[in-house]
Amino acid sequence: MKKKTSDKHILKMENVSKTFPGVKALNKIQFDLKTGEVHALVGENGAGKSTLLKILAGAYKKDEGTITLDGNKVEMTDPKHALDLGISVIYQEFNLIPNLNIAENIFIGRAPSKQKAFVNFPELYKSSEFFLKKIGMQKDPKTLVSQLSVAEQQMVEIAKSLSFSAKIIIMDEPTSALTKSEKETLFKIIRELKEKDVSIIFISHIIEEVLEISDRVTVLRDGNYVGTIKATDTNPQKIVHMMVGRELKDFYPKTEVKRGEVVLEVKNLTKKSKYEDISFQLHEGEVLGFAGLVGSGRAQVMRGIFGIETPDSGKILIKGKEVKTHSLFETIKMKMGFVPEDRREEGLILSRSVKDNINITKLIDINTHGFVKQKEEINIANEYCKRLNIKTPDNKQIVQNLSGGNQQKIVIAKWLAINPKILILDDPTRGIDVGAKNEIYSLINNLAKEKIGIILISSELPEIINISDRILVMREGKITGEFGRKEVTQEKIMQLAALRN
Amino acid sequence: MDFKVILRSTEFGIFVAFLALCTILSIANPNFLSVYNISTVMKQVSFIAIMSVGMTMVILTAGIDLSVGAVLGLVNVLAALLINKFGLAPGISTALLCGTFLGFVNGIIIVKWDLPPFIVTLGMMNIARGLALVITKGWPITGLPECFGCLAEGRLIGVPVPVIIMIIIYILGYLFLSRTIWGRYIYAAGGNEKATWLSGVNVNKIKILVYTITGFLSGLAGIMLASRLSQGSPITGTGYELSVIGAVVIGGTDLMGGKGSVLGSLIGASIMGVLANGLVLLNVSAFWQQVILGLVIIIAVAGGSMRRKLSLKRE
Repeated sequence: MKKKTSDKHILKMENVSKTFPGVKALNKIQFDLKTGEVHALVGENGAGKSTLLKILAGAYKKDEGTITLDGNKVEMTDPKHALDLGISVIYQEFNLIPNLNIAENIFIGRAPSKQKAFVNFPELYKSSEFFLKKIGMQKDPKTLVSQLSVAEQQMVEIAKSLSFSAKIIIMDEPTSALTKSEKETLFKIIRELKEKDVSIIFISHIIEEVLEISDRVTVLRDGNYVGTIKATDTNPQKIVHMMVGRELKDFYPKTEVKRGEVVLEVKNLTKKSKYEDISFQLHEGEVLGFAGLVGSGRAQVMRGIFGIETPDSGKILIKGKEVKTHSLFETIKMKMGFVPEDRREEGLILSRSVKDNINITKLIDINTHGFVKQKEEINIANEYCKRLNIKTPDNKQIVQNLSGGNQQKIVIAKWLAINPKILILDDPTRGIDVGAKNEIYSLINNLAKEKIGIILISSELPEIINISDRILVMREGKITGEFGRKEVTQEKIMQLAALRN
Repeated sequence: MDFKVILRSTEFGIFVAFLALCTILSIANPNFLSVYNISTVMKQVSFIAIMSVGMTMVILTAGIDLSVGAVLGLVNVLAALLINKFGLAPGISTALLCGTFLGFVNGIIIVKWDLPPFIVTLGMMNIARGLALVITKGWPITGLPECFGCLAEGRLIGVPVPVIIMIIIYILGYLFLSRTIWGRYIYAAGGNEKATWLSGVNVNKIKILVYTITGFLSGLAGIMLASRLSQGSPITGTGYELSVIGAVVIGGTDLMGGKGSVLGSLIGASIMGVLANGLVLLNVSAFWQQVILGLVIIIAVAGGSMRRKLSLKRE
């Protein structure tokens, strides 16, 4: 089945460097791509992946080095030029316009026309269908993009790339928003593109899937080229080692903590068509994992408990005291913290400083007649930056400029500042790099030691299995099973999460 | 705060533009720098500048208040009416309360019905202006007691009273925004409303607060104008909302919320006041003045957005 990739190089980058004021973003990078090859680019955040991508896409200009495309030396002057050369990028945030239909999006700005004024719609839909068929997408090209799932939107992006007769497609974190089956479909399309001699540069954080789909893997670290290896000759540990430059001995640190009293009790919590009859207890010092597929209702349950979306019925007791108003103002007062899944939209005020973000939950305690005690504010910010190893020049730094891992630590810090008894973490390691993940795991471990009750939602099974003391599995809004730390396996979870008996 | 930070700040950039403007005008017409002229300009600026403090807070939360000019007008006639009927102190305080209440109503409607501030305050603008006309049947109210005029025409150690009131309002506004928890919440809510709410901050209360403050300050300006003109007129303050928004925007406050300061707005209001005065001194026709003011607003906003892009590139 698997077609052997040819040895003909379509792209070769040699000694490519790029310097921004104060930072060497890329330092003499090597990268080559063969015809019909999937070549993965991995590295932690800040390793230089996006800079390399942007140079290829014509968004940045390289300072040094050569780029050879199909045997000719080239210099991409702007994104349009890169597209004309056959290089197309599918960014993490798609460039689709939701209120236009599929065909209009594929041919945006270059729709076939009559007399150069009126859009030739029959032609537009015919060509769109042609490209959709190429990737096996059975959707009416007249469907509005806003009605498509994330996966379908991604397929439209791929169809759009093909319509530019792209020879190289760069996919930036294409799987981050996909479910497992959608991911399978994407991989199928990628394999078909290979057959048609399209070359793909695949950028991802998830090593397992990188190894599954790519022929070769190139690792970057801090703007430097670390090496290129065949996917069949390596394993995840080796790649992680190359990425971080050190062995992560204890990737999932876990200390057994004797569990204390019940700190949170949820009884028959129900919200119509979201979740039903949810009951469980959380103890001091316990890490309670919630597994389940995206859409199983785990996130909704947590938002109901914290008081973001009020449940229809059911009881929530914090340390034996009932939550009466189901509002987050009340649960926060009762020492519950919530780290949301989408930290940029819900967790952080990106335009404000590290100090302001950490103290937002704390201001209510550190003021005299409304005037902020500025010294305390600074002390708190510095204390948590130190404790959570937040890498920032100083506490006045704007949060937007920090890496994903450091941003996530700030969201956690703001909740630690209220001395929480309960901390809910909704997919806390999403989109952050391996080193920072490891730090967040040890942080969770330490917080459990401090007798905080922790609820962890995660889509990554290895993570949930290794970090939790106990795991609840949800499917279609109901709890379908419970496992202790010792007995759990990925298969057992998947059975309860995905299958209807 | 170190020197570099000050040099790089938006406020400093605007201040330099302001100084340049003053220099040019004083060369073109030496009368510009006369004590009399400067105190006239400052007095004129004070009304717009006082309202700008409230508008800055509203815009920081990514809102807008179009009703400030009309609220000013309504309070203006109410003050004249009530002072004539009940005397100075009861009249002033009741009128002020009315302005504050109208601002509060703006805030409540925006928050409770989750409506766009633009629409709600546009409605309030018509309601307040309409009420002012209904109450007065379109006629100005005169016959105010002489001592009421001191509020706008008096001087304290040589400084006009409106200017002193303006300075006090700015000091309070500055302290409120930069030192209090509510100030912090205003910036936070403007930066990311959802994240601020999810951190346990009652964003609705903050929004009601900023519209209420703006209502109060519009009322204050309305009373000061009644004193200045020694009458209450239902058309007072027509179009002021645009001058106030202009001052805030020239001052570098971001209409998207979360960025800006009252200091910027003070300089913004001063630029507009000095420009209007300078054009009069240079005998430019009143019609052209409007055109030039419009251009300045656009140039100021363009300058601000260019700065933002440059600072993004630097990162």
